[in-house]
Amino acid sequence: MAITVSRPKLNWRERAYLPAILSGMAITIKHFRNMLFGRTKVTMQYPEEKWDNQMPEHYRGAPALVRDDTGRVRCVACQLCEFICPPRAIKIIPGEFAAGDRFAKVEKFPQEFDIDMIRCIYCGLCEEVCPEQAIYLRKDYAITGFTRADMVHNKEKLLEIGGVMHGVVLKWNEKK
Amino acid sequence: MSPVLFWFFAFVMLVFGAAVIINRNPIASALSLVVCFMGLSALFMSLDAFFIGIIQVLVYAGAVMVLFLFIIMLLDLRMEERRKINLVAVVGGAGVALAFFIQICFVVGQLSAAQKTFPPLVSPKTDDVHSVGLLLFTNYNLPFQIIGVLVLVATIGVIVLSKRELR
Amino acid sequence: MDYFYLTTSLVKIVALLAVVLGIMNYTVYAERRISALIQDRLGPNRVGPFGLFQPIADAAKFLLKEDFTPGHVNKFYYWLAPCLAMIPAITTLAVVPFGSSLFGVPMVIADINVGVLFVFAIASLGVYGIVIAGWSSNSKYPFLGGVRSSSQMISYELSLGLAVIPVFLLIGQLRLTEVVSYQIEHGWMIAPFVGDWTNLRKWLLAIPMLISFVVFTIAIFAETNRLPFDLPEAETELVGGYHTEYGSMKFGLFFLGEYVAMITGSAIIVTLFLGGWHFPGIPDGSQGWSWGLVNIFVFFSKVAVLLFVFIWVRWTLPRFRYDQLMRLGWVFFFEIALVNIFIAAIILAYFPA
Repeated sequence: MAITVSRPKLNWRERAYLPAILSGMAITIKHFRNMLFGRTKVTMQYPEEKWDNQMPEHYRGAPALVRDDTGRVRCVACQLCEFICPPRAIKIIPGEFAAGDRFAKVEKFPQEFDIDMIRCIYCGLCEEVCPEQAIYLRKDYAITGFTRADMVHNKEKLLEIGGVMHGVVLKWNEKK
Repeated sequence: MSPVLFWFFAFVMLVFGAAVIINRNPIASALSLVVCFMGLSALFMSLDAFFIGIIQVLVYAGAVMVLFLFIIMLLDLRMEERRKINLVAVVGGAGVALAFFIQICFVVGQLSAAQKTFPPLVSPKTDDVHSVGLLLFTNYNLPFQIIGVLVLVATIGVIVLSKRELR
Repeated sequence: MDYFYLTTSLVKIVALLAVVLGIMNYTVYAERRISALIQDRLGPNRVGPFGLFQPIADAAKFLLKEDFTPGHVNKFYYWLAPCLAMIPAITTLAVVPFGSSLFGVPMVIADINVGVLFVFAIASLGVYGIVIAGWSSNSKYPFLGGVRSSSQMISYELSLGLAVIPVFLLIGQLRLTEVVSYQIEHGWMIAPFVGDWTNLRKWLLAIPMLISFVVFTIAIFAETNRLPFDLPEAETELVGGYHTEYGSMKFGLFFLGEYVAMITGSAIIVTLFLGGWHFPGIPDGSQGWSWGLVNIFVFFSKVAVLLFVFIWVRWTLPRFRYDQLMRLGWVFFFEIALVNIFIAAIILAYFPA
C-alpha cells in the first residue's frame, strides 16, 4: 500500500528559502569559527596524543600468552583456541614434557604458538574458551609490520606482550 | 593583423569545414564544425569586428552546437558509421562542386574590382558593439522587432507542442 | 608589431597563469581545511607546517598514478575532453583586469571592447569538455552526467547573461576596464555608501545591482558545477558523474578545472560588482609601482573572499533535485533577471545622470 506523505504548506517566507539558507550558513560559520579558535576539541592527533590511559577495562586488543607467578607458560597446548578461532589465525604445534619434568603430568606444552595478526579479528573467543586462563586479549592495538611474516606473532612475541598474570588459579603447581 | 594569422585561420576553417562532411562519425562532424566556427570568429576579429566574432562563438559554438551534440549523442552512431558510400552520389556531388568552383573563378577573373587591391579598412570611431546596437535600434528597428515577435511565436509554439497531453 | 607590447603581454600571461594555478592549488587545500573545520574536523595538517605543502603532495599523487585508459572508451575524445575542460576556464582570465597598472603597463592581458561577451563565449565552450567526457567514456553514469551538465549549463547561461545587462545599461560599455573605472568614480555597484553617499540615484540603482549580483553569483555556482548545483557529478547518484571513467592526471584536470572555473567566476564577479582592484583610499598604479602591486593584491584578496563563500556554501547546502534545478533556472532566475532589466532601465530613464 502506497503511503502518501503530506507536504507541509509553506508560507511565502519559507518558500523564498533565503532565510533558511542564511541560518544554515550561520550555523556552519559558527562551527568554523569555534574550530578555528580551538573552542571545540574533538579530534585527537593520533600518533602524538594517544587514548591509552583512557582505554576501558574490557578493551580487546592483541591476544597474548601469559606466564603465572612462578614464570611457567600457562598454555598446555590443548588447541581449543585453535579450533574455536573463527578466522583460523592460531597455529599451535604441541610438544611433550620429558618424563622427569616437574610438570610432566601436564603432558603438553606449546612448542610453537603462532597468531597471524592479519587474520585475527580480536573477537576474544580464544580467551573465553581457554580452560587454563593462558591466553588473554591485552590492550595493544597498533600491530604493524612491513611483511606478512612480520605480522605473525610467534610464542616469544606473544609472551612478551602477555607478561605475567597474577592471581589466577594455579592448579598444576600443587604437590603431586 | 598579420597575414600569417589570416592564412592560418583560413586554412583551419577550410580543413575543418571539409572534415564536417568527410567524417563518418556525427560527433566528429559536429566538433569539426565548432572548430570551423572558431576559425571564422578569428577571421572576423582580424577585421576588428570583435562583436560579430564573439557572437559567432557564443551563439553557434557555445549554444547551438551544444544542443546539436546533445541530440547526436542520443543517436545510434554505429548505423551511421556502417553506411556504405554511394559512389555515384560522391562523383556527382564533386562534379557539381567543381563546376561551381570553375564558374566562380571565371566570374572573379572577369570582374574589374577583383584586379585591384582592397582598400584598407577605415578604423571606426566608436565601438563595433555601439554601432551594431545603434543600427539595430534606429535604421533596422522594424525588422528587429518583427524578428523578436517571430522568435516569441516560435518559443510559445514549442511550449504548447511539448506541453500537449498524449492520449 | 610592437615588441614592447608583445613582451609585456607574454610576461603578464605567464605571471597570471602562475598566480592562478598557485591559487588553484591552495583553493583545493582551503576547501579541504575549511570543510573540515565546518564539520568539526581538522583536515590535512601533516605535510609541512599546518599542512601547507599538501597541494604538492596532491599534485605528486595525481602525476604519479598510473594513467589508465579503459578499453571501451572512444580514445581520441577521451583524451581530448580533460583539455577542453581546463582550457576555457583559464582562457577567460585574459580579459579580466586584475590590477591597475605596473610601470605604466595596464594589468589586463587583452582589453577588448566585448570583454564580458568574451567571458560568456569562452565559458559556454567549457561545456564541451564535460559533454565529450560523458559521451566518449561509453558508460551510463558519465553519459548521464554529461547530458545533465549540458542542459544545466545552457539553462544557467541565460540568467548569467541577463543578470549583467543592468550593469552594462548603466555603463554603456562592454569593456571590463571601463566597468572598473566607472566603479572607481561612482562607487562599487552593490555598495552605494562608498563615495558620494547622498546621491539618491546611486541608492536606487543599487537595488537592481544587488539583484543582479545575487542572480549572477548563483548562476556562476551553477556554471562551475559547485555544490548546490553539482548534478553533473552528484556522487550519490552518478558515481563520479562525467569523470567516472577517468583516473590520474586526466581526472586531475577535470578536478582542477572546476577550481579554476571557480577562480575565474569569482574574478568576474569581483570585476563586475565589487569594484575590481579598487579599494577606497588606495591609489592606483600611476602613483608608483608599489601601489600597483597593492592593487593586484586587493583584487586577489577579493577573489579569495569570494572563494571562501563558494566553499562555505558548498559545505552548508544540500544538492538540488534535477527538476528543482531546472525550475529554479527557467522559472525563477530567468524571470527575476528579466524584470530586473526593466527596473534598471526605468531608474536610468527617470533619473538621468
